[in-house]
Amino acid sequence: MQTIFALATARGKSGVAIMRISGPAAHDVGRLLAGSLPLAGRSALRALRDRHGEFLDQALVLSFESPRSFTGEDVVELQIHGSVAVIRALEVAIAETGLARMAEPGEFTRRALLNGHLDLAQVEGLADLIAAETELQRKQAQQLFSGGMRVFADQCRTDLVRAIALVEATIDFADEDVPVDVAPEVGLLLENVLRDVRRQLAGYGHAERVRNGFEVAVIGPPNAGKSTFINKIAGRDIAITSDIPGTTRDVLEVRVDLAGLPVTFLDTAGLRDSADKIERLGVARARSRALEADVRILLIDGLTDDGGFDASMPVDLIYRTKADLTGVGISARTGDGIDAVLADVERILSDRVSGMTIASHERHRLALDRADVLLQSAITVFRGGDVGAEILAVHLRDVVTTLDSLIGRVDVEAVLGEIFSEFCIGK
Amino acid sequence: MGGIMGLAADRSGIQFRLLNRRKGPAVRGPRTQSDRKHYQAAIQSLLADRSGLTIIEGEVADIVLQGGAISGIKLCDDSLISAHCVVLTTGTFLGGVIHIGDRKMRGGRVGDQPSDLLADRLRDLDLPLGRLKTGTPPRLRKSSIAWDQLEMQPADDAPALFSFMSDRPVLRQVSCAITHTNPHTHEIISDNLSRSAMYGGHIDGVGPRYCPSIEDKIVKFSDRSSHQIFLEPEGLESDIVYPNGISTSLPEDVQIAYVRSIAGLEAAEITQPGYAIEYDFVDPQSLDSSLQLAAIPRLFLAGQINGTTGYEEAAAQGLMAGLNAAHASLGREPVVLSRSQAYIGVMIDDLVTRGVAEPYRMFTSRAEYRLSLRADNADQRLTEVADGLGLICERRRRLFHTKMDDLKAGRDILAGERFTPQEAARAGITINQDGQRRSGMDLLAFPDIDFAQIDVLLPAFAKCSPDVREQLAIEALYRTYVDRQQRDAAALQRDEAQKIPADIDYDSIGGLSNELKGKLRRVKPATLGQAGRIDGMTPAALALILSRMRQDERYSA
Repeated sequence: MQTIFALATARGKSGVAIMRISGPAAHDVGRLLAGSLPLAGRSALRALRDRHGEFLDQALVLSFESPRSFTGEDVVELQIHGSVAVIRALEVAIAETGLARMAEPGEFTRRALLNGHLDLAQVEGLADLIAAETELQRKQAQQLFSGGMRVFADQCRTDLVRAIALVEATIDFADEDVPVDVAPEVGLLLENVLRDVRRQLAGYGHAERVRNGFEVAVIGPPNAGKSTFINKIAGRDIAITSDIPGTTRDVLEVRVDLAGLPVTFLDTAGLRDSADKIERLGVARARSRALEADVRILLIDGLTDDGGFDASMPVDLIYRTKADLTGVGISARTGDGIDAVLADVERILSDRVSGMTIASHERHRLALDRADVLLQSAITVFRGGDVGAEILAVHLRDVVTTLDSLIGRVDVEAVLGEIFSEFCIGK
Repeated sequence: MGGIMGLAADRSGIQFRLLNRRKGPAVRGPRTQSDRKHYQAAIQSLLADRSGLTIIEGEVADIVLQGGAISGIKLCDDSLISAHCVVLTTGTFLGGVIHIGDRKMRGGRVGDQPSDLLADRLRDLDLPLGRLKTGTPPRLRKSSIAWDQLEMQPADDAPALFSFMSDRPVLRQVSCAITHTNPHTHEIISDNLSRSAMYGGHIDGVGPRYCPSIEDKIVKFSDRSSHQIFLEPEGLESDIVYPNGISTSLPEDVQIAYVRSIAGLEAAEITQPGYAIEYDFVDPQSLDSSLQLAAIPRLFLAGQINGTTGYEEAAAQGLMAGLNAAHASLGREPVVLSRSQAYIGVMIDDLVTRGVAEPYRMFTSRAEYRLSLRADNADQRLTEVADGLGLICERRRRLFHTKMDDLKAGRDILAGERFTPQEAARAGITINQDGQRRSGMDLLAFPDIDFAQIDVLLPAFAKCSPDVREQLAIEALYRTYVDRQQRDAAALQRDEAQKIPADIDYDSIGGLSNELKGKLRRVKPATLGQAGRIDGMTPAALALILSRMRQDERYSA
């Protein structure tokens, strides 16, 4: 295993930057640069010099000893001044020791995974954590990163292994002293696991949305003030507004943090039959995006509304606009009532995320779906009685393997394929 | 594979019973009780029939080494027998110690001396040795048992035999009796626990969890007020009964008391007390997959010396060790059966890869490919392999090919035509009216199907023999699962094809825990697949080994 190094913080000017060195020669590299290293788990101030004795920077040096480090290997971290020039000089000095090479993207994390310091779901959680923008995303990512999926998978595994053991006992010890009827306990265990798996699946949709963001479509007839409304939420003019109906053609997006929820508001073309070819395309696009959105807000023009507008799709919230002129509803122009709209959206979404589960990646859903199908076949065989014990055992082993794959406990080629093709995340 | 144990079992069986008859065919297990005298006679006659075999009786005192490899053995009378290869099968004799209560004597079996010189010699060789123990029950005099008061368990009406070359039992079939321990029995044993060799702290060896002594049963399952005992006659003419289920190391007087507290045994006479026996075994992780000791080339070990228990386990190892010894002598490649091919493959791989923590017994649940590894298709899996190795006789070859031809004809009939659900319904087979056409094989896979119903659709099927029809029904039942398992097995073969170089340096692989490094050095896995089965192995560690293998390949390329 080669020793690798890379900047662990973002490149660019900053107060402090951290260079991480990991691998069997990490401590040697550290000593060449800093003269001596602090004890493992401690830090100390050192002057860093290159091989010609040239002073590079004053650094706070941290030393970690295998296996008690992020990667599980020997690690040295150098906290230096966040200067582009210092960073470059240090990189050259480390490379010149001849003991370490520049890490590939994601390589520290990959080593943590290979050394068993993180499981596959934790690696996903770490990527989520680094990408998290809102409070809820942070909580969700922390849950995954701290091993929430392992807890779930282990719980199911314990139940399934017990069920398999009971079934196997009736097969391999038929002639011996196991007269107890194992069926009731096996049945209970299978129902338990099925319930847990289904609970994860039920919460997946919401959890996935917390990770990738909710979409709230603002729809309505032309000139109802949708774009003015979006600009107000964005706090700047992102959409062109005018009093000409049909100004908005494309779908515009505004991403906001709504009390920890990642929400994208969609400004859409006013819904009407138009002779203009481009506007017709815009309306069609508005419809399809609105249909896929999590929440639809219908804005009705308070001035001209005759009650005859039909959005021809289900709508979650309806407001009358132009309150500055009519005195009723909300005003996108003055901002009156916008807070109440946001509060309404937040309430709807908060209700939905209350059932949020740990499963939040497509990979999780696929595994859980498969476990669900396999469990159902297992339960069908189980209800068939004694005859199919050996087939039941096959199904149960399949369920275990499938749930194990959630945290990467699968055969080596599959894990390697998964890691090497999918993951290339922050260092 | 051409072994003789199945033949001898068929010639000497006095109670054939198929275990798990009510369960699926993949987990049915043929069982027999052999008449001791007839079994011995059958084995001796089968051995006498072998040409090129010389049997020399004597105690082995030493093995002779030359340049670190085996070159022969020395008997107690100092005579030397030189050999290119040696197979050592010491049973419970190696450093054997017998315990009855606090009485302790050297012995390999009651009435037989242990093999102490050889045990000392193996210890000197610095082989990783351990101690195991096994128990035996007191033997009872048949005429002292009140048989008429006991529930009887007869042999099967349609006996399932062990060898494909046998078609019916030779000897008269007998019944066993079943009786039970009771609270009084348990009280006697509890009161005397401290006098048991095992509970009195006299035994260090580890016994099997699945075959506990009666003391163990009472201590570990204290909520049970009764345990089952099978009273098995040792032979048609024998006056000795083996009470299966009450092995013990209690003193003789306690054995008499508890036996006589059991229904039907009130006047039982003990012909030989039960005892526990401790013996040496060699950690099988020091063997390679051909059962050869890695440290001493051409010395092979088989049976209890490798930490196993049970007759079939020993026989299977004897066969493979003997075969590989012959191959080594002839300069041929070792023969290794895979986990997807035979229980033999599963067992030997388990032994050399994972070692043993207790006497190892074969269970069907140890096999990943259980649905393919069935007693009913053992010939289809292995006879051709054995034939290629020159292990089978002409008669077996002929029987095998006839059977394979018949099966193929049967399969062709079943695959020949496809039926709509309506057509199936007219034959009395109710299935989903999904418009899907199904072959005879597909229909045979449905539960509760009757051969007569298939015959209506495919009259030619009626002409197949009952054995062939039964065999095809089993194939149909497991077909979908076996297909899938074969795909899994292909993945296994891929891992098995990743050969780990013998000189790989695990110490230089960063990120491997010291514990795993130690295990890898001990086991010396020959393939990545085998490495993956080492206890505690993680995919991450395997990835490290794999990447090291690829690195080394690059450097050497």
